[in-house]
Amino acid sequence: MGGHTLAEKLIASHVPGSSGVRPGDLVEVNVDVVLANDITAPISLREFESLGVARVFDPEKVVLVADHFAPNKDIKSAEQCKVMREFARAQGITNHYDVGRMGIEHVLLHEQGLVLPGDVVVGADSHTCTYGALGAFATGMGSTDIAVAMATGSIWMRVPETIRFEYTGTLQPWVGGKDLILYTIGQIGVSGALYMAMEFAGPVVDGLPMADRFTMSNMAIEAGGKAGLFAVDDATREYVAGRAKRDYQVYASDADAVYARVVTMDVSGMGPQVSFPHLPENTRPVSEAAGIKVDQAVIGSCTNGRLEDLRVAAQILAGRKVHPDVRCIVIPGTQQVYLDALREGLVEAFIEAGAVVSTPTCGPCLGGHMGILAAGERAISTTNRNFRGRMGHPDSEVYLSGPAVAAASAIAGSIVHPDEVI
Amino acid sequence: MALSGQVWKYGDNVDTDAIIPARYLNMSTAEELARHCMEDIDTSFAGAVQPGDIIVGGENFGCGSSREHAPLAIKGAGVSCVIAESFARIFYRNAINIGLPILVCPEAVAGAQQGDALTVDLEAGTITNARTGEIYHTSPFPPFIMGIIQAGGLVPYTRERLQEQ
Repeated sequence: MGGHTLAEKLIASHVPGSSGVRPGDLVEVNVDVVLANDITAPISLREFESLGVARVFDPEKVVLVADHFAPNKDIKSAEQCKVMREFARAQGITNHYDVGRMGIEHVLLHEQGLVLPGDVVVGADSHTCTYGALGAFATGMGSTDIAVAMATGSIWMRVPETIRFEYTGTLQPWVGGKDLILYTIGQIGVSGALYMAMEFAGPVVDGLPMADRFTMSNMAIEAGGKAGLFAVDDATREYVAGRAKRDYQVYASDADAVYARVVTMDVSGMGPQVSFPHLPENTRPVSEAAGIKVDQAVIGSCTNGRLEDLRVAAQILAGRKVHPDVRCIVIPGTQQVYLDALREGLVEAFIEAGAVVSTPTCGPCLGGHMGILAAGERAISTTNRNFRGRMGHPDSEVYLSGPAVAAASAIAGSIVHPDEVI
Repeated sequence: MALSGQVWKYGDNVDTDAIIPARYLNMSTAEELARHCMEDIDTSFAGAVQPGDIIVGGENFGCGSSREHAPLAIKGAGVSCVIAESFARIFYRNAINIGLPILVCPEAVAGAQQGDALTVDLEAGTITNARTGEIYHTSPFPPFIMGIIQAGGLVPYTRERLQEQ
């Protein structure tokens, strides 16, 4: 029958009494972390109440983060954050991250050591798949599923097939995890991994920093994926060391694991990538976007709001000026990222270049606040979705890229290869 | 259980930002959300949709965010059922969990036009198009999911199981 994939092993390890699972199996899975945010928690908490359960299954394993419309953008958002805050207090949930401690959830949880290799994580946010970079099985669900997981500590799942992506070759300058995942989604399409786990492997991935791995796992959902997984290696162990406050387990795909498909890509010739409106699959080399004028550049989000991303942006923006027709908005992913960026001088470089630096928030990525587009406006953005109206008016446009292209385009006033401004 | 209504037809990859734009996620009731359902891709929908109407979509319907606000907005608008060539997985779970019937049937999608009158029999798994007279058959839900539907959604299903313990 063949061996098991990483996804199958992670799920089986959380099914009591399981001797192994196969794709298509419907199983009840115990979870290590249950996550919700200020826009999904209010529905979860309403459903939790109607379950008739007094307490969450384990207050240490429930994580609530106010990040989407926080700091509160309006009265209704303030009410939603309040509902979540009061629930956290009543239930004794210590991992409640409010303004001042909070960050964008999918930059925050691994930074704080709340998710570790071998975990199963469910979150009421589609980008929960980010934690797959740690060799954890993490997937997004809706608010009702999360309410049930909060009450019972378990949830049903269909065991997914896995597509394995093997990247070979050598990465060019200014090319990183964002370019790899945009290119991959361009190859397989926005439903190319529907219901499946994506497993990222190959020599290119072996040398990839953790920040880039989080970026790739983060966007598995943009191909319809249920999870985006990396094997644990020295880079993972080094990242987790000093953050982990409990033991963790390491699993790996068997050499004879059965895959739905294996996709091999030589990425040596690949330059920076840009996804055109209005789907993440509309990926093209940056050269094909050259000259497209932008009104706004957004550098941040759960996809690219880590310190490493800000370093890349600062490398380009330092000593240069943002184009007078562009609003450049930089959003560190967490308070710690913000503080580190401040201490390294990155924040100073951004401000001197004419960019603004915001407190951590999902903000403009989903058209919430802190940088909404008017009709006819266009943004280059390091976020993850470019659906129609995603960042504001339905007649605005979002082009997706990595931090290097976004920073360079902010200087040029139009989309450019970073080499053009350096 | 027979459902019937007129078709609102859309294309592939109808994302959750199209179903309910994020600017309305500071609200969470089906009634409030329904007023803005589909507004960025179809300004006529929220004002003209009738109770029982059926949304027909292409591939990967409901892709994007995990927001349960999307199926809630559709249900709140009075839509009785969504038929598509395929669904994004989080949307699929969310719809089942809140008791919004959704059916995968590429043939029915291909044969349906805007405004067609459809009748859906969930038990029999059939979709009838009154304009063409065609009857389409869909795959039944797996037994596990049927259990959730029969209980009236995931919350009543779980409540029953918790009481049994």
